[in-house]
Amino acid sequence: MALNWWKYAAPQTFYPLAGRLAPWFLALAAALAAAGLYIGLFAAPTDFQQGESYRIIFVHVPAAWMSMFMYVVMASWCAVGLALGTRLSFIMALAIAPTGAMFTFIALWSGSLWGKPTWGTWWVWDARLTSELILLFLYIGFMALHAAIDDVRRADRAAALLALVGVVNVPIIYFSVKWWNTLHQGASVSLTRAPSMAATMLVGMLIMALAAWMYAIAASLYRVRSIILEREAHADWVRQLPEANA
Amino acid sequence: MLDAASLECVRGQRRLFHRLSFNLPSGHVLWVLGPNGSGKTSLIRMLCGLLRPDAGEVRWRGEEVRASGDSFHADLLYLGHAPAVKGDLTSLENVRFGLAQTGLGADAHEAEAALNEFGLAGRERLLARFLSAGQQRRVGLSRLALGRSKPLWILDEPFTALDSQAVELVQSHLTRHVMGGGTVVLASHHDIGFAGTPVQRLQLGA
Amino acid sequence: MKPLALAPMLASVVRRDLTLALRRRSDALTTFFFFVIVVSLFPLGISPEPSILRVIAPGVVWVAALLASMLALLRLFAPDFDDGTLEQLALSPQPLVLLVSAKVLAHWLVTGLPLVLIAPLLGLQFQLPASALGNMTLSLLLGTPCLSLIGAIGAALTLGVRGAGALLALLVLPLYIPVLIFGAAAVSASTEGMPAGGHLSVLGALLLLAIVFGPVASAAAVRIALG
Repeated sequence: MALNWWKYAAPQTFYPLAGRLAPWFLALAAALAAAGLYIGLFAAPTDFQQGESYRIIFVHVPAAWMSMFMYVVMASWCAVGLALGTRLSFIMALAIAPTGAMFTFIALWSGSLWGKPTWGTWWVWDARLTSELILLFLYIGFMALHAAIDDVRRADRAAALLALVGVVNVPIIYFSVKWWNTLHQGASVSLTRAPSMAATMLVGMLIMALAAWMYAIAASLYRVRSIILEREAHADWVRQLPEANA
Repeated sequence: MLDAASLECVRGQRRLFHRLSFNLPSGHVLWVLGPNGSGKTSLIRMLCGLLRPDAGEVRWRGEEVRASGDSFHADLLYLGHAPAVKGDLTSLENVRFGLAQTGLGADAHEAEAALNEFGLAGRERLLARFLSAGQQRRVGLSRLALGRSKPLWILDEPFTALDSQAVELVQSHLTRHVMGGGTVVLASHHDIGFAGTPVQRLQLGA
Repeated sequence: MKPLALAPMLASVVRRDLTLALRRRSDALTTFFFFVIVVSLFPLGISPEPSILRVIAPGVVWVAALLASMLALLRLFAPDFDDGTLEQLALSPQPLVLLVSAKVLAHWLVTGLPLVLIAPLLGLQFQLPASALGNMTLSLLLGTPCLSLIGAIGAALTLGVRGAGALLALLVLPLYIPVLIFGAAAVSASTEGMPAGGHLSVLGALLLLAIVFGPVASAAAVRIALG
């Protein structure tokens, strides 16, 4: 097992592997999303208090979970890259970031859509939404720092350090924001207080979360491939690829 | 005592050098030559431990330089491309603060003597930004007069903007250091003779 | 000529940076006046009514402190990076973590401490009661070093980068948020007649964390920037 892992740590061998795996994950994501959306839109019962509009949580909550999970995964790859010096680790982190940012944005947008019919406003400064907003800044900061540094190796390491600093700060930021939120208003205005969870609702959200995870893996794998092509453009094996000669 | 094993340097998409190795015993000079962009400064920075090599390692007295960190730095005097002179400090302050950072404490007299030797007598208390480019370089170089206790000297283009008198002065310091058992690594365009001292030439960009 | 021990070398770094700051006073004064001016803008933009001023004062002073601190960070490492002295620091026989701490200390003395000292006067402009003024000073005293220590990480990461100022803001302001929340809360607690001790303790804890981990990350970032 250890031998296999190190073999795929080289961009050259990982490239075809990623190409073979990605479509499967995409298919899984589609299937799970279909199941999850069915449950969310049809199977789950109408909420007593919020009517039909609550159904947006089937997008909002999984997106929020994924946005946080992906940041941790991204930071882990950064840690591996800094510790072991493997180039692919940095590429993985860089590939995950845009998808993570996308889920953060979806969480914010869906949270806003939920807020309008429920509380009458497009934005609520509750703990989760505010933390998601800050998480979006952390993702964008990571991508911006990487893009701003010309030397790829230095960019990788600098962004990796930033991600580690960020991941350590995320709990601190989250608890500060949560505390700030309780200080300034009653707990009444909170999007995190979901309607009491029927079992179907929970299952629906979990399936959607899995769908999001599969999609994230697929998207990251595709992105890893394109980053590998960019970075190894001068290498012989790249020049011999059919896609490079198209 | 300074060894390089299979060093590789990649800048952007170009591989500047690979499988670069040498052994430099004490009392020797390593002279790095090559056209602009051939990787001289990158090699120099790798030897200092500032730049991480893309492959291979640099060893000082048997230990890898990035790993041995502070103990390697205690033996090293590095003069880089930039003169490392602060315009808002006087020449004297520049010398003393500069040496302090390398771990050497020089008092005012010693610093003045060093500045004097490099032709900056009377300018010790002048803020460095009022000096010419050549004079600023000489302020940076005057650390050589006080750095004899550091066995390894690594210099990147030390002769830039110097007149022939200053070039001779630097050269004599280098020679004296090497004769005294020190080790010198030098990247330079200038073809200066090293009379009687063993010199290894390393040509980059071939 | 003698080899230098750790303490004299750190003292040398602090003295050097303080000397430089004194010779080129514009940097320190710019930060200071920026702080004062930004704080003064808010009543103009919102309202001069005392009850409103008292409510917005903690946030206004703290946000201004954040922004001023961030502006000042651009001068922490960048000049040394440009003229080659940062490399010399990285090649010093003493741990870079400690040398960086010394630089941050000097930086705070020049850019952070003046804010702490002038803040009570600004608080008076916002009709804050005396107890709140005391807590404001204390919260800034605990918080501004935090800002310098955390900000140093961003300053080191953005060395030599185009558009470093805006990028630095993006990187560092999210990390400042906990300090902002508790710093401002400490002041607003006392305007409401509540004890501020809890908030100040949290600030103190954040400061300790920043002292322990900040320079480690900054030193790592400096090494990354150098090669």
